[in-house]
Order: sequence, then C-alpha cells, then structure tokens
Amino acid sequence: METKQYDLIIIGGGSAGLAAAIAAADHGVEKILILEKEDEAGGILLQCIHNGFGLHRFKEELTGPEYAARFASEAEKRSGIEIKVRSMVLKITAEKEVHYSSEAEGYCVVQGKAIVCATGCSERTRGAIKIPGDRPTGVMTAGLAQRYLNIDGYFVGKKVFILGSGDIGLIMARRMTLEGSKVLGVAELMPYSNGLTRNIVQCLNDFDIPLYLSHTVKKIIGKERLEKIVLAQVDEKFQFIPGTDQEFEVDTLLLSVGLIPSNPLLTEIGVQIHPKTSGPLVDENMQTSIPGIFSCGNSLHVHDLVDFVSMEGETAGIAAAQFIQGTLATSEDVIRTEPGPGVGYLLPASLHCGKDADGKENDFVLKFRVQKPFQNVSLVVKQNGQILKKVKKAFLIPAEMENLTIRQADLLEKNGILSVEVSNE
Amino acid sequence: MKDLIIIGAGAIGSAAARTLAQYELDILVLEKESDVGEVTSSANSAIVHSGYDPVPGSEKAAMNVRGNLLYDQMCEELDIDMRKIGSLTIATNDEEVEILRGLEERGRQNGVPVQMLNREETLALEPNLTPEVKLALLAPTAGIVNTFELSVALMENAMDNGVKLNLNEAVTGIRAIEGGYEVTTNRAVYQTRAIVNAAGLFSDEINNFVNPVKYEIQPRKGEYFVLDHFDPDFIRHTIFTVPSSKGKGILVSPTTHGNYILGPSAEFVEEKDDYSTDGETLAQVLATAKKLVPSIPMNQVIREFSGLRAVEKSGHFIIEESLPGFVNLVGIQSPGLTSCPAIAEEVVKFLSNTMEMKKKADFNPRRRPMVRLNRMTPEERAEFVKKNPKFGNIICRCEMVSEGEVLDCIHRNCGAATIRGVKRRVRPGMGKCQGGFCQPRIIKILARELGIKNEDVRMKSPGSFILMGETK
Amino acid sequence: MSEKKELICIVCPRGCHLTVDENMNVTGNFCKRGEVYGKNEVTNPTRTITSTVKIAGGTIPRLPVKTSQPIPKGRIFDVMAEIDRLTVQAPVEMNAVLLPNVLGTGADILATREIAAANS
Repeated sequence: METKQYDLIIIGGGSAGLAAAIAAADHGVEKILILEKEDEAGGILLQCIHNGFGLHRFKEELTGPEYAARFASEAEKRSGIEIKVRSMVLKITAEKEVHYSSEAEGYCVVQGKAIVCATGCSERTRGAIKIPGDRPTGVMTAGLAQRYLNIDGYFVGKKVFILGSGDIGLIMARRMTLEGSKVLGVAELMPYSNGLTRNIVQCLNDFDIPLYLSHTVKKIIGKERLEKIVLAQVDEKFQFIPGTDQEFEVDTLLLSVGLIPSNPLLTEIGVQIHPKTSGPLVDENMQTSIPGIFSCGNSLHVHDLVDFVSMEGETAGIAAAQFIQGTLATSEDVIRTEPGPGVGYLLPASLHCGKDADGKENDFVLKFRVQKPFQNVSLVVKQNGQILKKVKKAFLIPAEMENLTIRQADLLEKNGILSVEVSNE
Repeated sequence: MKDLIIIGAGAIGSAAARTLAQYELDILVLEKESDVGEVTSSANSAIVHSGYDPVPGSEKAAMNVRGNLLYDQMCEELDIDMRKIGSLTIATNDEEVEILRGLEERGRQNGVPVQMLNREETLALEPNLTPEVKLALLAPTAGIVNTFELSVALMENAMDNGVKLNLNEAVTGIRAIEGGYEVTTNRAVYQTRAIVNAAGLFSDEINNFVNPVKYEIQPRKGEYFVLDHFDPDFIRHTIFTVPSSKGKGILVSPTTHGNYILGPSAEFVEEKDDYSTDGETLAQVLATAKKLVPSIPMNQVIREFSGLRAVEKSGHFIIEESLPGFVNLVGIQSPGLTSCPAIAEEVVKFLSNTMEMKKKADFNPRRRPMVRLNRMTPEERAEFVKKNPKFGNIICRCEMVSEGEVLDCIHRNCGAATIRGVKRRVRPGMGKCQGGFCQPRIIKILARELGIKNEDVRMKSPGSFILMGETK
Repeated sequence: MSEKKELICIVCPRGCHLTVDENMNVTGNFCKRGEVYGKNEVTNPTRTITSTVKIAGGTIPRLPVKTSQPIPKGRIFDVMAEIDRLTVQAPVEMNAVLLPNVLGTGADILATREIAAANS
C-alpha cells in the first residue's frame, strides 16, 4: 500500500483541530492534513445553534455554526491545509501512521511527522450511570436529541424530563420548549447546578422550568416507549430519601450527565491516560507520552467554553510545528503537577522549562476545575509545598474551568511537584 | 396444508428450522416479535456450556453435552463467531472445594473433559483472579458464542433453504383437526400437519391450547453488566462461581467481541415482559463478581440488561412429542443455547413418527460468510473496499462498523428491519456511546433501504419509536 | 411595576440572587454590574432567539437562524411562530436576511451558516 506523507496530521476537524491546523500553518508547517469523520469540518458546534460562543475571543456572541465557520474559513485560506471529510480514522501507530477509511478513497494509510489528536468527547449514557428500570426508547443523551432536532429536523419528544444540569441539557430544555414540547423539569444529583448560571436563568427560569437539586431518577417505566419516570431526592451520600418519590408522565428523558474525552486511538497505542480526565497525560506543549503526538480540545479534557478549546488547539498546533521543525525545546528537568485540596484535576500533568516559539522563556497555563462551589477563597499554587502564587477568588464553581498562568521566574526550581489548591485563608 | 409450523424463532426454533430445512418439507416459522432471537436468545450469558453441571442421566445433561459437540461444525458452516476458550469454576473456601469435587465427578459421568487446577496453576492462567482461589475446575470445551448472530445465522440458512419466516405474528389459538392442527394468529389461520412449540417464555401457553397435560413457565430473570473492550487479556476464560440451587451462579466472561460480561442474578418474576433492572440486584451481582475478579474496572461499564429464562415449574427440559405431530420444546432454560443443535436433532426423530422425512438433494448447510473488516490485513481491506466502496464509509465510531456491513445485514435473508436488528447483527450501538453517534445514521439507512420514513424506523417493537415527526 | 421581582444575576458565575423592588432599588448584588443587570431585566428584558427553518434543495434539511438583535422577552413565542412559518430554498449564504424586521421588533431573522444546493 502506498503511504502518503504529510508534515502534520490532525484527527478531528472541530474547533480544536481547526485551530491547531491554522496555528501550525502560521508557524511554517507546509503540508497539513485534517481528517474529519462528518460531512464537513466544524465539529459539534454545528449542532449547537444557540448563541453565546466567542465572548473571550471575538468579543461578541456567536452561534455555534458561526463560530465554526470563522475557523473553517480561516483554514480554507491557508493553502497548506487539506481537509478530508467523511473520513474515519481507524488507528494510529507510534510511527505516526494514520489509517483511515472513507467511501471516496477506501482504506488509506498516511504518515505524518507529528499528529494532533482532537477527537472530542462523548456523552455519558444511561448504562454508564446505571439508572434502574425498564428499557424503553425515549431515553437518550441530550446531545443526540440536539442533533435530531437541529441537524435532522425531528422531534424526539413532546413531554420531556431532563436528568443532569449540564449545559447541553439546559440548552435542550429551552430548545425543546421553543419548538413546542413541554419540559417538566431538570433534575441534578448534586446540591448545586453543573451548568453555567447564564443557562440556568435563560434556559430554565425564563420558561418556568423547575430545577430539582439533590434529585435523581430512581426508576424508568415503559415497555416500548418511555411512559413515566420516578424522581426522588437524595441525601448527602446520594442515597434516596424515603417518601420523596414523585412520578412524571413523560415520553422522553434526556440525559445530560457528563462528557468523557474520547481517546480509543491513543489508548490502543499505549499513550498514558490521566486517571481523572480520561484524556492523555500531556505536558505544557499538549504533547502526550509519545513524542510528536499531541492532544487538545475536549479529547484532552472537557471544556466549558469553546474559546478555551481553540486556544488549546493553537498551543498544540504551534508545538507540533516546533516538533516538526526540530525546535521544540525538551528538557530533562520535569515538574510534575498534582491537584491539591479542593481541586478535581490539574493540567498539564508535567511541565518543562524551555523557550516558546518567539524564543522567550515559556509561561505555563495551569488548567483545572474545583470539586465543589467555593466562596471567598484563595487559589494557591505551590511548588514542593512552598507557595508560589496566591489568587483571591470570590466565587468558584465546578462548571467553570479555571486558568492560572505561572511564569518560569515564579518557580523555585525546574523539578519537583507543582500543585494548586483551594484555601480558605 | 403446511407440513410444519414452528412457533418461535429464538435459538431453539431457529435451530429446529435450520435442521428441518434439510428435508422436503413446507415449513413456516411464526415469531411474535419484530426479529428472530429477540427475547431470551439475545439476553443471556452467551456461553457454550461444557456440560459438567447438569445431573448425570438427565435430559439437560444429554442435550448439553451433545449440543456442545455439535457447536463447532454448526458455527463453522454458518460463520457464527464462537470460541472454545474454556471455563474455570472457582472455589475460594472448603465448602466450595467440596462442591467443586462433586462437579468434577459429575463432569466425568457426563463424559465432559474436566481438570482440577490448584491455586498457582489457576492464577498462572488468570492473573486477575482473586488470590483467595483455592481450587478451580477447568472445562476446556466450554466456549463463548455471539448469541445475537446465532439465531440470525440459523434462520438465515433455514430461509436460504426454503423455510418461510413471518415476524410480528403471534399465535392466538391452536386446535386439532383431521390430519393435523389449525393455528390461528393475529393475522391469519393456517392448517398444518405438525407443530414445533419453541415459544420459549410462552411455550406453556402454546402447549396449553391443545395438550391436556398443562405446563407452566415461570420466568426467571438474570441481570447483567456489560463492560467495554478495554484489554483483551484482562480475563481469558469464562469464570464461574460454584453453582447453587438458583442457577449456575455468577460469571465473569469475555464475549466474542472482547467485551466483558458480569452476571447473572437469578430471581423468579411474575411477568413475562419484565426486563427491568434493579439497583440492589445489580449491586449484588457486582459484589459477587468482584469476589471472583477484584479489579473489575467499573468505569468501563457501558450497559446493564436483563434476560428472562423460560423455566418450567418442574425445572426440566420438556422435549417430547406430546400429541401426534405436536412436538413440545418447553422449559428450555440454561443450557438451552448450548443445547439448541442437539434439541433440533430430537425434533427430527419425533417428526419421523408422523411424516416422511426425505432429505433434499440441494440443501446448502453453509451461510454466505459475513464481511469481517476488522479481521482483514490493511492490504486485504484496502483491496476489498476498493471493490465495495460502501465498506469504506464508517458509520459507527465505537465499533468501527461500515455502511456496507449495515446494508449487507439488511438485505440478507432474515435481514435486519429495526435499529436493534442492525445492532445485534453488525454491532453499531453496542459500544461506549450506545448509539449516540451512529443511531441517526442507522435510521437514515434503514429508512432508505426499507422505503419508509425516518420517523417510522423502530428500535424493535412497533411502539418503540425514536422520532416523533418533523420540526416546523 | 407594582411588586418586587426576584432574579439571578448572570453577569458573572457568582450568580447573585437579586431583588428589585417597586422603586427600582436592586439589592443582593455583589457589584455595580449586578445592579445594572437587575434594572434592565425588570424594565426591558430581551433575548436573542435561535432556531432552525426548513430548507429545500440543500445539503442538509434544516438551516440554523437567529434574530439579528435581542427581542423583547415577552415576544419570544410570537417570533418563534414567525420562524416556524419560514421555508427557504438552497443555496443560502451566511447572514442572509430571511425575514426583515420580524413583527416590527427591529430584528431580522438571519441565516447563521451557509448551505449549498445539493449536488452542486
């Protein structure tokens, strides 16, 4: 078989992949291939027809398709970027071969000098969260319902309940209400919402849709199509509180109960995976445990805002360019990171002191989420137990991804353990 | 008048249909569900039992041992995914060791190869087993089978050889007439010389229409977990706890696709359509499974399901010609899946009593093989896809299934007509995302190929719709 | 306005629970921006509406759309009814005006992506 050669192969043409391609092209990479499984590039944004994207980056509120179009047209302007659509990557190798399949081209193998994996995430399903009861149709993930409604133009339900207050669920509550469905409520297992406040207000409160905190679905009832659900309140140990059962007659239960980075291509070749995020372990360059293979976007960790996805894509794209050009500084010295008290996960997993693309000492952007809501606390960055930086925060919630920048000059040494914790002081 | 009506197209009915298709008979199969193998035959442990467990001399023992023997040829001819990976039954205390020695003896009496392994030998075979293991019974002829493929392949081959299948057709009455029986369904009335009752959970009701001897099926529910294919070497054999009066106990086993299955529970239930799962029951399944394999990664769970076993009140397999030309296959619970080819042989014997059984000259025992892209080398696959471009269009992201495979499974005899039918045949929707990616694609393909609207595509039964009309 | 209104501020993730009384006094806010938000929400709440319309002859069956500017919150369902009435013909350009000045709100219904004609 002929193996066509590229400089950079990017798997996934969503916002992370497109941003990586554009940044790599702008940093001198000449032959870039994006492999996209859908009919066009743009990723999940194409079904997110609501507005609110791009506030950080473009200082305006774009809809998902508009945001995707900006990146797609930027990619189109760069002659070095080739996008192949309807092309599913089946496997990659440590030698940076990429096997993909499409109807147009058949089964193909291409090879790159570097690979960026931007394969997105998938939704947790009923099976993953083990909701007991019957197994009718009408129980589906919110993202699938969004696709049926916004892309294919089909209703999935007339009387709807939503489990999980993740943003997709909230957005779908509004969307289905606007289309004439009746949304009876949203239930959240935790005592606080997992969605952005803006979405609670504009998607639920605007339409008088009740939010049941500390509640979950106890039973699904229906032989063929969903007929009803039993909702119950839970205590602080997530055990059902007797006597709190409520029945809702609904034909549809949407699940918005979490997203998981999708990385089968990387796990199959033994790339080390982060136990908390399910994404690969990466360093400050978004480089995985296999040199020259990079990861970014929601396949690295699940983001709250697409602006951070595209930013991360750019970081990966620039680093891939440096890797291809042989200028990616690699240092023997490694700083490991670990989440401290109150912090759920902390990325990157490792940091190397080096130079950035402009030849200056690189800064480190630490990304993390807190484990529960906090008020009037400090975020404390420590190296080997000694405080490097302290930032006061009036409010922190798990629904938002936090960023902290550490300069090399802030560091005590080029080794050791760097941690971030939430402190009441 | 038809020669034969087979009621029920599960593994038992389908195996009977395929075996009887060798003969010059006009055969109609009636299935009340929307697909073959839709109920008990697709919700079980998918194990080819070796046969050490049933009581020596019982019908179960005979059928199990003979069935196991027949499996290799059947699966080879029909291209059914089956592997004899062997089973290990694990004793972790003195009481269980005692039971295990009893099973070893039963195995010898049943003529099943069995071998005792000590702790070290066992852990060498299965490093992830509990270190508490004291003794294990290895049964090398035990296997795993693609239980979804089994009924489909049997029926496809039966239809290739002239058998007719009617789906969504439920039998509502049977009466004896001159020279045979009259069978009434929700759609038609048929006359037939003979009947095979392979109605599984409903085999008592079918029997009770005509036989003065009444039977009663008590559905016994088994609940399971399915795990993703995360590591092909995590467990290599089917691992059993020692059996109890309730069933074969809990197993932890790889499936033919490299997934892992944990279960089943065993509880009698009232209703024959109660497929609900229960949190506490599954927690017990998990606790027991973890006693066998402590490091089961529960973050790999992709689904829970339950299946119902058709247990006759007596607990026995009832395989008999109850009335002239009326063959009962009642109470075929575990090890029914393993026994299906042996039971089919028995049916032939019974039917020979009332009709001439003349073999066809042109019977073809082989099914056209399935296209298995993931078993091809890249070169073979590239060559194949070049000639068949639809096999290049991948429509399932978790299991990497191509549109070509979906089209093939729709257009074969006994083809898929529902989302679940496609899923059971070629796996889109079986993976981690449980159809989140592929389902819209499968709906479009089914609608296009069957000439129906997208909103008329069903998951399985007529009421199991997904879409509710177009948006404005 | 005759009574107190309770709302949640969306200016930042803090999500202050605001109370706006009859005299337009905002309480419960942590910062000045919350006061502005609270007054606006009570006097003239507006929302941008996004939805889809049917598109004939295109590569996909639905075209995503939005209102070019926020419309009064009380008119959301009226505007949705107007959007529901629309069917357009492919090809459609990004930002194409599909319905100008919907219900006199001053907002246009705009296409939020381009859709090519099928087989082109």
